[in-house]
Amino acid sequence: MSPRVVLSTGRRVLLQLRGDPRTLALLLLVPCVLEALIKWVFEGTPEVFQRVGVPLVGIFPLVSMFLVTSIAMLRERTTGTLERLMTMPLAKLDLLAGYGLAFAAMATLQAGLVSFVAVGLLGLEVAGSTPLVVVFAVLNALLGMALGLFLSAFARTEFQAVQFMPAFLLPQILLCGLLVPRDRMARPLELISYLLPMTYAYDALSRVAASSTVSAEVWRDAVILIGATALALGLGAATLRRRTA
Amino acid sequence: MAVNDAAISIRDLVVDRGGHRVLDGVSVEVAAGRITGLLGPSGCGKSTLMRSIVGVQIVASGRVDVLGLPAGAPGLRSDVGYVTQAPSVYLDLTARQNLDYFARVLDAPAQRVAEAIASVDLASSADRPVGSLSGGQRARVSLATALLSRPRLLVLDEPTVGLDPVLRGELWAGFRDLADAGTTLLVSSHVMDEADRCDDIVLMRDGAILAATAREQLLTETGADGVEQAFLRLVGAGS
Repeated sequence: MSPRVVLSTGRRVLLQLRGDPRTLALLLLVPCVLEALIKWVFEGTPEVFQRVGVPLVGIFPLVSMFLVTSIAMLRERTTGTLERLMTMPLAKLDLLAGYGLAFAAMATLQAGLVSFVAVGLLGLEVAGSTPLVVVFAVLNALLGMALGLFLSAFARTEFQAVQFMPAFLLPQILLCGLLVPRDRMARPLELISYLLPMTYAYDALSRVAASSTVSAEVWRDAVILIGATALALGLGAATLRRRTA
Repeated sequence: MAVNDAAISIRDLVVDRGGHRVLDGVSVEVAAGRITGLLGPSGCGKSTLMRSIVGVQIVASGRVDVLGLPAGAPGLRSDVGYVTQAPSVYLDLTARQNLDYFARVLDAPAQRVAEAIASVDLASSADRPVGSLSGGQRARVSLATALLSRPRLLVLDEPTVGLDPVLRGELWAGFRDLADAGTTLLVSSHVMDEADRCDDIVLMRDGAILAATAREQLLTETGADGVEQAFLRLVGAGS
């Protein structure tokens, strides 16, 4: 691995995002608007906002980075820039780490802003530390990136890549406990939820929201999230081929 | 041609793509420090041969050696420059941002970026997003990228398609300068008149080599006035 290549790749990905101000604005503002929307939709039952507000801060980056990475990697493949990079002295890990660096930076910004809006302006209560919420948001962004990278290998067009969001992330949003506590779901679904990485993202964030002490469960959730990210990155790296048919 | 003069040496190369045999036992050598034109009609396997040489093509069998190493060897990654037919650069970045990035990946000195931009005559549009440039300008950004590392071997897949004749002449003059400085160039084209600017000619048709020789010798042997006529005579002789 080469720090020079990792840093320049991260910088290049951020430059591409900066060159697209509309995407940048959507990435930063949509989560804030949605948090506000949830607060006012549940005006009559404010405990709902208090329950889902914090987990959502962390789940937004997962969804946005999943989408951005799928499309970005698909473009690298279809425009031939990936093939060009693969003929250059660049390790696959350099490319992945560069993307990771750029998206972690974006996720920090995104989660920082939405936390400020939710906690500072909308009155969301966090018993634990708000920076820890941002840390989990960054872990989730990296998980989203890793999943997007891996799944983009199975999309031939941008239409297909976008459809992977409802196909792979929406079920996780339904099953992670955000809508209904998992022990109240049909038993098979509860069991499936333990296999889905977003479940641990939700658990960790709701624990941070509810308690000022960082419990062992929070650490365990963090380890599981990092493990799932590493697994998806490993699978994604295997789809980056120097030689193709 | 002695074996040790060859920058590229290909033996019995077989490549299948999409269930179709694209290269069927190709053997050919490309001499070092010369401009070799790879010519033949569209779809004859030129691009696949070039992909095999730069090591991005899965090959069924055969051997491809480049600068003394197997094609695609990690040791070749700074020594071989490759320009695909479709410009492979980031459309949402400017030409300069593209070149800055690729220069860092290649660990090339920063001043090479300005040199590469100048050598493809792009200085006036270097700070516009590549996506807003014309097809010919995009092709030149892609070509400039391959010049950054001063590679010993340049593999250029139809680099002059869609360029105006003045610029095409300038680029070919640039290729000649590179060859004079010791760079090996393999340039594909389906336009036979570009062959007249090459030292050596490899003629391809239907996944096979029709002829691979010095241009002068090709013309003498076929008694043709130009490479196009030589191609026609060779095809006629073969059928």
